[in-house]
Amino acid sequence: MQKDLSQYTLRLADSALTMGQRLAEWCGHGPYLEEDVALTNVSLDLIGHAHMFYQMAGAMQEPAVTADDLAFLRDAHEYRNPLITELPRGDFAYTTLKQYFIDVFNLYLYQAMATSTHEELAAVAKKAGMEVKYHLARSEAWCERLSLSTDEAKARIQQALDDLWFYTPELFETDAAMQRLTAAGVAPDYATIQQQWQQRVEPFMALCGLTLPQAGWVATGGLQGEHTEHLGFMLAEMQFLPRAYPGCEW
Amino acid sequence: MASPSKAQIFQWLEAVKDPEIPVISIRDLGILQGIRVADGSVSVDIIPTYSGCPAMYAIQADIKQVLQAHGIEQVSIQLCHEPVWNTDMITEQGRESMRAFGIAPPLQADQRTVACPQCGSTETTCISQFGSTACKALYRCEACLEPFDYFKCHA
Ligand SMILES: [Zn+2]
Repeated sequence: MQKDLSQYTLRLADSALTMGQRLAEWCGHGPYLEEDVALTNVSLDLIGHAHMFYQMAGAMQEPAVTADDLAFLRDAHEYRNPLITELPRGDFAYTTLKQYFIDVFNLYLYQAMATSTHEELAAVAKKAGMEVKYHLARSEAWCERLSLSTDEAKARIQQALDDLWFYTPELFETDAAMQRLTAAGVAPDYATIQQQWQQRVEPFMALCGLTLPQAGWVATGGLQGEHTEHLGFMLAEMQFLPRAYPGCEW
Repeated sequence: MASPSKAQIFQWLEAVKDPEIPVISIRDLGILQGIRVADGSVSVDIIPTYSGCPAMYAIQADIKQVLQAHGIEQVSIQLCHEPVWNTDMITEQGRESMRAFGIAPPLQADQRTVACPQCGSTETTCISQFGSTACKALYRCEACLEPFDYFKCHA
């Protein structure tokens, strides 16, 4: 159980960290000041979630390691996030739609996890879940605004949908460790989350006047540590300082 | 030296303020959760406001500094996940200090509109859900035209 949970919390942490890092790249590049602040605020929350999950994961390892060790001293093949969270930030429409997909996923994920039989996981999920509500209110409103505004905005968000749609099924992938945790009431049931996600996202895409792509390559591999080349570049930048100056602190 | 009482330590820690809102103490913010005293060492439990709040590091350093200034050498601080913080944990005193500082305190259950901390008008508009820090949104008063921070309701 301990080993399963340590692996699972790493997937949660890696997903939140890579999302947070991509959003942080918007710092100073947002379309206007308030949005710049919003993007980095959401980033900070996600990095906070990653920190809580890394602390849990690190405490369960033998010997115990710190959250920083896990974030900064593992290579790409040791990361367990789904591919969608490591994709480059793209334009604002792409970032917004990706954020919306992840926010809806996180909403149902943390809602279910808040009733986990594992007390610490439940507490962290409650905390994260409260913050995700704000994230979703923002990304949902922006998806609608972009989709129903100028031709340029609409074309860009439709392009983002075409590019991103087949990365979303990977969010609901599970492995044997996760399935054991779900059976034990520790992790949520991902099939249920997938249903909830589809029931919310698909009608909303229609409301936005967006067309779901019919066929494409369906992403997979993150759970096994098989990533896109983008993750390596992200880690090279993110991990440079702790690797160049081991043990340094602010 | 005799161990100081819990009440004494609570009082000392009144000096530790939120670095982002330097008029409100960590007790009034609701994040100071517990104190244990044993043989001259003190252990303090705090909970984070927002999970990514960078002020938590400064707050931990400040707690240590204040207690060490009162002669306590052994200070340990736990950042706990429970209880989960929400804005109802902010004390009445905390809300009042916030308002006096120019930040509108979070809405309570029976309130519907955010009042301007400058002139008290409830004719206010949200400019951005995300303000200068994770806990604040940006508002503008339509009566006195001043922009102000609103401490978001989080429950
Ligand atoms: Zn006013």
